[in-house]
Amino acid sequence: MSDMQRRQVVGRGLPLPGNDIDTDRIIPARFLKEVTFESMGEHVFEDARKQDPEHPFNQEAYQGASVLVVGQNFGCGSSREHAPQALMRWGIRAIVGGSFAEIFFGNCVALGIPCLAADPADVAWLQQAIGRAPRELVTVDVEKQEVRFRDRVIRATIPDGPRNQLVTGTWDSTAVLLEAGAAIEATARRLPYVAGY
Amino acid sequence: MARTLLDKVWEAHTVRTLPSGQTQLLIGLHLIHEVTTPQAFQMLKELGLKVRMPDRTFGTLDHIVPTTDQRRPFADPLAEEMAAHMIRNSREFGLPLFDMASGRQGIVHVIGPELGLSQPGMTIACGDSHTSTHGALGAIAFGIGTSQVRDVLATQCLAMTKPRLRQVRVEGALAPGVYAKDVILTIINVLGVKGGVGYAYEYAGPVIERMSMEERLTVCNMSIEGGARFGYVNPDATTFEYLRGRPYAPAGEAFDRAVAWWTSMATEPGARFDDVARIDGSTIEPVVTWGINPGMSIGISQRIPAPESAPEPERPTYREALAHMGFEPGQPIKGTKIDVAFVGSCTNGRLSDLRAAAEVARRGKVARHVRALIVPGSQQVARAAEAEGLHEVFQEAGFQWRKAGCSMCLGMNDDKLQGREMSASSSNRNFIGRQGSPTGRTLLMSPAMVAAAAITGAVADVREILR
Repeated sequence: MSDMQRRQVVGRGLPLPGNDIDTDRIIPARFLKEVTFESMGEHVFEDARKQDPEHPFNQEAYQGASVLVVGQNFGCGSSREHAPQALMRWGIRAIVGGSFAEIFFGNCVALGIPCLAADPADVAWLQQAIGRAPRELVTVDVEKQEVRFRDRVIRATIPDGPRNQLVTGTWDSTAVLLEAGAAIEATARRLPYVAGY
Repeated sequence: MARTLLDKVWEAHTVRTLPSGQTQLLIGLHLIHEVTTPQAFQMLKELGLKVRMPDRTFGTLDHIVPTTDQRRPFADPLAEEMAAHMIRNSREFGLPLFDMASGRQGIVHVIGPELGLSQPGMTIACGDSHTSTHGALGAIAFGIGTSQVRDVLATQCLAMTKPRLRQVRVEGALAPGVYAKDVILTIINVLGVKGGVGYAYEYAGPVIERMSMEERLTVCNMSIEGGARFGYVNPDATTFEYLRGRPYAPAGEAFDRAVAWWTSMATEPGARFDDVARIDGSTIEPVVTWGINPGMSIGISQRIPAPESAPEPERPTYREALAHMGFEPGQPIKGTKIDVAFVGSCTNGRLSDLRAAAEVARRGKVARHVRALIVPGSQQVARAAEAEGLHEVFQEAGFQWRKAGCSMCLGMNDDKLQGREMSASSSNRNFIGRQGSPTGRTLLMSPAMVAAAAITGAVADVREILR
């Protein structure tokens, strides 16, 4: 398996309850005043963590976790890639949730982070089960579209396109897009606003 | 078969189908700003790549700029560093930049349309979720992350999946004192903050058709708040008249040929949609948000809802919202005391927004306990407002007249809420911490409603002031 391929991610879980968690919450705007992503991991959920010592990202039991388990519409709002960068630099390698906001999902694919969507009841079970056994490993199987934890297997889906990219290790979109070569300019020349009206 | 604008624009910009099944989509206009691009330029340098089509990317400075003294170097060293990076990268890669000295600087989603860069039939991308704004011109315009900014710089393309299309029809007519902001807040409330995930929105119906271009920009701007990555309005005479004479719009006979192409890109009669939603515009009253996402809103005459009134999965968010905002269920929103009033942002920082706020400002003075900011969306908006004397109207009423930028919409400069301050804001997001204070509170509303709250000192019904 090449180091780009993301057939499956195995690691300890981190349950983060709540729906509609926006990217401002994941990384508040005042921490974006940086010209690199390097420091983003330090500030993940900073405001929420300061206000709540029991925030999952603060809990000792979840330090070193790599599979984040979230509710519905995770990553809504701002398109800032700083949000998945912050999660990734904290240690997150895969996300399982009820649903994901589109721009956030795409940003995750661009970083090689699979986001799999599962039935809300299964997500709730997984969050509780991880809470009871935080040292146990979660397997996020991107290829088979399932998540395995202890003795249970839950269905978790990811659309075909991104799944192919992750499984085959072709999520480095720049390299793939460059392969089109002169077809890019040819497409542009057919557009009247590029060619001139 | 009759086709939609989405079908036609998508097809015209398709370079090829990728092995993953996604479309390699050509991006006709790429807009950039200082916050989401420095890492993309760095990646480009590491790859040893140039910008593929340097005449199709335009930049500005908006998120971090101060709105008081905009002379460089900026007082905040981090802001100055970001500005310096943007200027250096633009120069190094040969990209036009509308910086402070250009006279055309402003919020990226305000200057694109006002310069005539954003046009019907285009694909437009920018590292900013509110890129959906430009859909008002009849473009397919959406926000992207920084890795995708790198993709556009390097290849002028993106790997995209074509979304489903929902037509959102706003029927009837709006009552006086009801604005475009109230329409889009109502749409998001009805369809939900995740109702648009996987969809693009085509806004249509008599209310949308009668709207000015600036009103349509407000509607399309907040598509993303409803989960839709982009939304658009079909180009029509309003669109063409808006574009005529703008610096980057075609001129002379080319303009007429452009109108013919633009017209040909509109959705055809009888085209099928994956879904159609209908909203009765005549029932909309001025809207105010009470919670922590833009879907949590009520009419000015209504009371804050109880968690039990929401579907079960939404109740935890309702409880969190009530706790954060300090509200009780059943409490009227009208009369909620405010500390800060903010008119501006890519949603409502255009000339017509400032005129609407000024009309209210003429009828009173900012309450003594309220800090009120007017932040024009661009240098051009500021000059046009000053030519009409709007800055004096605001200043006489006790509002601060600031310089152009994103400002208190997201608090990346000095314009921030302090502590638990309650803000009446014409911006687009009431997320926890959005306006710069982790405990700050935001009530979204139209610019006229913000001005009404500023002079009342509390959330008010602008219709009673304008009567």
